[in-house]
Amino acid sequence: MYRTRILDHLVLVLGALFLTLPVVVALMTSTHEAATIHSKGLMLSPGGHFVETYETVLTRQGGFTGQVTGARMMMNSFILGIGFALGKITLSMLAAYAIVYFRFRFATLAFWVIFTTLLLPLEVRIMPSYEVMSGLGLINTYTGLIVPLLASATGTFYFRQFFKSVPEELLEAARIDGAGPFKFFIDVLVPLSKTMAAAIFIIMFVYGWNQYLWPMLMTTDERFFTLMRGIKQILQVWIGSQIPDYNEAFALAVLAMLPPVLIVVVFQSWFIKGLTESDK
Amino acid sequence: MKRVQFSSPLLPYLFLAPQLAVIVIFFYWPSVRAIQSSFYLEDPFGFGSTFVGFDNYIGTLRNPEYLAIARFTAIFTALVTFFSLALGLLLAVKADAVIRGNAAYKTLLISVYAIAPPVAGLIGMMFFDQHIGPFVKIAAFFGWEMKVGLSYFDTAFAMITVAVWKQIPYNFIFFLSGLQGLPASVREAAAIDCRSGIKRFWTVIFPLLAPTAFFLLIINVTYALFDTFGVIDVMVKDKAANNPITLVYKVYMDGFRGNDIGGSSAQSVILMLVVFVLTVLQFRFIERRIHYT
Amino acid sequence: MATIEIDKVSKIYHGGVPAVSEVDIAIDDGEFIVLVGPSGCGKSTLLRMVAGLETISSGTVRIGGRVVNDVEPADRDIAMVFQNYALYPHMTVRENLAYGLKNRRTPKPEIETRVAEAARMLELGPYLDRKPRALSGGQRQRVAMGRAIVRQPSAFLFDEPLSNLDAKLRVSMRGEIKRLQRRVGTTSLYVTHDQLEAMTLADRLVVLNGGRIEQVGRPLDVYHAPASTFVASFIGSPAMNLVQGELHGSRLAIGPALIDLGQAVPTQGPVTVGFRAEDLQVAAIATSGNASIGEGILPLRVDYVEELGSQRLVHGVVGDQAVTVALSSDAPLSGEMPVAIAIGRLHFFDAGTGRRLAWSGSEPHRTATAAGRLENVR
Repeated sequence: MYRTRILDHLVLVLGALFLTLPVVVALMTSTHEAATIHSKGLMLSPGGHFVETYETVLTRQGGFTGQVTGARMMMNSFILGIGFALGKITLSMLAAYAIVYFRFRFATLAFWVIFTTLLLPLEVRIMPSYEVMSGLGLINTYTGLIVPLLASATGTFYFRQFFKSVPEELLEAARIDGAGPFKFFIDVLVPLSKTMAAAIFIIMFVYGWNQYLWPMLMTTDERFFTLMRGIKQILQVWIGSQIPDYNEAFALAVLAMLPPVLIVVVFQSWFIKGLTESDK
Repeated sequence: MKRVQFSSPLLPYLFLAPQLAVIVIFFYWPSVRAIQSSFYLEDPFGFGSTFVGFDNYIGTLRNPEYLAIARFTAIFTALVTFFSLALGLLLAVKADAVIRGNAAYKTLLISVYAIAPPVAGLIGMMFFDQHIGPFVKIAAFFGWEMKVGLSYFDTAFAMITVAVWKQIPYNFIFFLSGLQGLPASVREAAAIDCRSGIKRFWTVIFPLLAPTAFFLLIINVTYALFDTFGVIDVMVKDKAANNPITLVYKVYMDGFRGNDIGGSSAQSVILMLVVFVLTVLQFRFIERRIHYT
Repeated sequence: MATIEIDKVSKIYHGGVPAVSEVDIAIDDGEFIVLVGPSGCGKSTLLRMVAGLETISSGTVRIGGRVVNDVEPADRDIAMVFQNYALYPHMTVRENLAYGLKNRRTPKPEIETRVAEAARMLELGPYLDRKPRALSGGQRQRVAMGRAIVRQPSAFLFDEPLSNLDAKLRVSMRGEIKRLQRRVGTTSLYVTHDQLEAMTLADRLVVLNGGRIEQVGRPLDVYHAPASTFVASFIGSPAMNLVQGELHGSRLAIGPALIDLGQAVPTQGPVTVGFRAEDLQVAAIATSGNASIGEGILPLRVDYVEELGSQRLVHGVVGDQAVTVALSSDAPLSGEMPVAIAIGRLHFFDAGTGRRLAWSGSEPHRTATAAGRLENVR
């Protein structure tokens, strides 16, 4: 029955190589000098220029105004990722609590108002969103970067599913124990949701960190650039140069993918649970 | 929802207020604006706009360039969806079958899940680079002179490869957890009833995975249509002229580069309809599944 | 301590058929009442209306003389034990026990004494700082009990508290619940679908079917004088044999068998006849048909036998109607065997409505005292 095992392993090894090798190559290549890369191609072994390259990428003043460094972009990416994840959890937990645990007149309407947002991804309504934001004077602000991204139902959907899976008797027991809506939320529901909230935090952090199109439109001031925005910048400088700074491009790519990849790998089980158990 | 609920005249609205405020300001308002401006012709210099009815739609749908892009989008979506689903499923089945090294494979295979599309695009660019790209060298070995960024076909090939690469881990995660959720007794019953492992897979395991597969199908179509924006933007480097692009990218180009607000809005609305159909399919399906389990 | 009065209480879900209709039960102070019936009979709904978790469509519920229809569950001075225990999974046993008291602003030292007292009573001492997930099913069940006890409420409400336990634990917890209730003397309303649990726990049973009360009475009274075919088939294991018979004059025909009732007969024409498996015996005489006075003989064709160790259950048919006989494990067996029944042990039910028909030949059972209380049926 298990005769095909070798073949199974072969497929898995090839798959793992296909998926991870590009990342490894990016990391290795980033530690070589641009000229070396230009003449010898991509690298599979570490070079001796790790510190210089990353120091340059993180600290060199770049861009047209010379106000942005890699470190600054990284900080902005963290602000976007964490701000988005926290905002998402707060808003969607409250909304889901209202929808699942309260009887009120416009419950169905509220439900549809929220869940219709699943219909239209940001990419589709990007133009008018930009206009609205500039009308509100939110271009080049963290608020403008983060808050509009919160206008979707994914988090609410996750929490709604989770709350619905909480045994009904828990609320009944709490009511007999004399807990009102606030007490039940704080004493029972929030502590119960910890794992779920952690899983959602990870998913949402990755989502926020990886935003590309929105920061590209919302930030013209380089002080607000995220790493994703920086990638676009690097490519524009690249065009026309004799020996492109391959090493720096790779270093930037590594910085841009490292935090989300690490988080996903380290918190694997939470993350998979959050992703698969709520069915989006 | 729940058998027992709180009833309070004010509290639910209080809890809903922040979410609703954000959604109304940043979702409904822009969406309505998009639909509205799709019926107007806006002066590129900002001197007012005129109502033109369905002209923007007719103009868009009659534009041969738009139709060519739509055709490419369809092909791109079909290929990306097929390959990322097929490879994700293959790897999940194998990872589920092996016992030794199971955890290590799993970690390796999901590790690239969190890489952003533009970063994937950037790494892809390097691998398909004229000077240093190993794929170009491999292709050259077989006599294929690959010119990503210059040749339409070669760029499309690179874009699809990168898009598939980025999406495999997602499908892998779902297929694997779907497989591991199957009751062991069903597999054991199948093992007794059917000798051939491959036949067993297609007659017993795959039908049981069908709900997961359908869910992923919709997600992957959505991914290929919209989330690949970053990949495309990086790989065509703003020079869309000779390069393949998808419909979403066209919306962006016409709106921000071409300043054709009306046309871009009409395209937005057309895409909205596509997403609407996809989502309705997904909802109907999820409902049915809840019914069955 | 308090009485509970359930007065013409109904529950109708929006526009549907009533889940509970016009139920009246008066529970004495300290009494242990068990609501029993098949699933969907309305017993849980009734309990939840008493708890305040379900609104009352019509009628009134009084706890300790106070109408509680519009009183919040927390203010009804009741405690409830749930089927799945509903322990707060993120709190330790101690916190679970104390949560309700804390919300009532009970002083801290008082909480500590009560928790300690409950823990001692339920032997939960060593587990006080564990989370529910680290406890066995039986221990969780005890914590759920403890949560009710610490509150010192006027009434305990139990919603199938033992059905998530395995058979052995269920029996021992059953005893424990009874013992605790005796000790604290709190009025209790207990819901179960398990007739054996109902029989063993109850001071009085309330048998529900389709949202209506079939019978209220002490367990043995209900057992020996079921008010309807439903009660007869629901209470007791094996279930009472119910066969179709016909009365002509003083003679009762059951399939091929004829039994002379000899005395005043309950009715004429078709009738449902009930008799318990243990009231049947192997007929003393080999030649069937010659019954001794006051006895009926039924020719039983045996299908199969279940050995229970202490007794054997013989399943067969009389005519074409299934009959089960409980015999001692050394009773002789044969394929065709006549079985005898004392006429006084026969129960008669209306063939149409299934209600019990009183008849003067009925043998009074040992515990049936107040006949009026037996027929406490609406």
